Amino acid sequence: MKKATLHLDALTCPSCVMKISNAVKGLAGVDKDSVNVLFNASKVKVDFDEAQLSAVDIEKSITTLGYDVKKVQVK
Amino acid sequence: MQRFILSKKKPITFISALLLVAAYTSHYGFGSGDVARTAMIVASVLGAAPIFLQAYQALRVKVVSIDVLVTIAVIGALLIGNHEESAVVTFLFLFGDYLEQRTLNKTRSAIRELTEMAPESALKRMASGEYEEVEIDEVGVGDLLLVKTGAKVPVDGTVLTGEAHINEASITGEPIPAGKAAGAKVYAGTIVDNGTLTIQADRVGEDTTFGRIIELVEEAQDSKSEAERFIDRFARWYTPAVLLLGFIVWLVSRNIELAITILVLGCPGALVIGVPVSNVAGIGNGAKNGVLLKGSEVIHDFSRTDTFVFDKTGTLTQGNPQVADTILYTQEPERIRAYLAAVEKESDHPLARAIVAHLGDTEPFTVDKTNVVKGGGILALVDGHRLAVGNAALMEMENIPLNEKALQDITLFQSRGNSLVLTAVDGELKALTGIRDQVRPGVKEDLARLKRLAVRHLVVLSGDNQGTVDLVARELGLTEAHGNMLPEDKSDYIQTLIAQGRTVAFVGDGVNDSPSLALAQVGIAMGSGTDVAIETSDVVLMNSDFSRLPHALGLARATARNMRQNIFIAIAVVLVLLAGVFFSDWMNMSIGMLVHEGSILVVILNAMRLLRFKPKN
Repeated sequence: MKKATLHLDALTCPSCVMKISNAVKGLAGVDKDSVNVLFNASKVKVDFDEAQLSAVDIEKSITTLGYDVKKVQVK
Repeated sequence: MQRFILSKKKPITFISALLLVAAYTSHYGFGSGDVARTAMIVASVLGAAPIFLQAYQALRVKVVSIDVLVTIAVIGALLIGNHEESAVVTFLFLFGDYLEQRTLNKTRSAIRELTEMAPESALKRMASGEYEEVEIDEVGVGDLLLVKTGAKVPVDGTVLTGEAHINEASITGEPIPAGKAAGAKVYAGTIVDNGTLTIQADRVGEDTTFGRIIELVEEAQDSKSEAERFIDRFARWYTPAVLLLGFIVWLVSRNIELAITILVLGCPGALVIGVPVSNVAGIGNGAKNGVLLKGSEVIHDFSRTDTFVFDKTGTLTQGNPQVADTILYTQEPERIRAYLAAVEKESDHPLARAIVAHLGDTEPFTVDKTNVVKGGGILALVDGHRLAVGNAALMEMENIPLNEKALQDITLFQSRGNSLVLTAVDGELKALTGIRDQVRPGVKEDLARLKRLAVRHLVVLSGDNQGTVDLVARELGLTEAHGNMLPEDKSDYIQTLIAQGRTVAFVGDGVNDSPSLALAQVGIAMGSGTDVAIETSDVVLMNSDFSRLPHALGLARATARNMRQNIFIAIAVVLVLLAGVFFSDWMNMSIGMLVHEGSILVVILNAMRLLRFKPKN
């Protein structure tokens, strides 16, 4: 399991949070309980299995929703 | 294509506005219905495009978002030929979105300014021996870094070479730059005033003191209280329910106009955003003013606090005992002082250290046959004389007579709250030293301000003897004082207070008081920035600054009040709109959208007031 923190452009509507959270949870290899979308900090924190997907896949799932990802950190 | 449209929301909003102006001008100015209608249709379709895309993306991940409601409403309005409504609604929705973004950025600015103080790059020594500028993420523990005048220290580290003055205000709050030379510790986020240092990284990134503070603030601004989690759950079902309601209304009344109006009115905007914006603005104000509030649950509990419990040593007092009173019973004061200093240098007891610091440089004597008497003091041979330095019990043990004058002095010293150190040379009392922990400057005024904030109970708990604690309580105007307390007695006492129905805040330095910090509804740590207490408490007063306490309490109250106001505004708006749609004939989609967007802006602006909050004196 790896930990990814994605920095997004400022989130402005709470329903964005629900959208992003559902989209990331829908990815195979993501620990659903770990998905945390921080509204005010405009960040997504998530644990994922690097054997099943990469941080880039998570980034893609968010950008297809129309939100820019500024920076990705993986630990 | 999608990305392109979504990234062009701002110009689309602007063009929509122009088209609306054109439509109204041609309609009212020239009476040209066709031009007006065309402009309205173009504005509707153009404005609906980004909303439609957002709705589509939401549905794909199984979320019925506000975008879905608005999209259906706009399509419905276009179908029944109400182009004006559809154009105005899409414009208002986009424009509201834009204003929300602007104002939200303002409410978040305080915390963003803090996080932007984090260092981003460092001059790192590469394998070649040259220093090169690298991203902060590329610096690891053990790396050698060069820090020059004007630069930010990039890591927590140890100085290897060089000298510099460093402004550590971001960590310690101390505005006067501190001198640093080889062996000194430096902290990430502090700024080199002048000089150049090479340092070795001890802790990097999120592990640095500054990194941990930022991490905590960022988590705090998004932490949710029970009430917010309820609102979130509610919102998840609310929007689909509105969709269903609109559909039922259409089935029953066959009135599309009414059904789509309900969709627009049902948007839950202000309710979901009201509490988070108050939260972020309140915590932001705190972060700027040296108060770390860890989330909205903490704010809620803190705002209701009626009882403050203080640890004495290090919280109300400075925590380093100092010599306050001295009396010598001798013709040779210099020699006695030198003997005393020589003996006390053998010990690292806090009282001994206070005496050594007080006496300063004295004639050096060698000390022989040192014998530490537990709970008593020290016996030793100095310059051929037998010395006994310690408390009254030690004097008794050594059979040292105390005359009338000495007994009077002892009583006087104790009444001032001193701990006593008696010095006897060859069986005769030669000196009496009174040592006490001074009250922190300004604490009295700060406590008075808490009282004015209607805090009724101010309690001090301490391990010191009851006399000393009573004295401090009287001096500071506290309502209760309890001495001789072990850490577990303190937490038991707090438990009793809570059982009486009080809301208790415990203020301590967190080193030996962690049970009490954890047990009180609000644990307030006097954090000097490096303490573990920062992690275990609910509220941190940065730089151990006691004077932040009234600000913290006032801010928590103001923030909690602000949240309640925002919830009230949101609910009132929905009720008024629903009443309007059922009991009046002036309500339509456009007015609904206007009120809806307006209420969101009102709650954000209301929250923004918190950024300027200052406690009244």
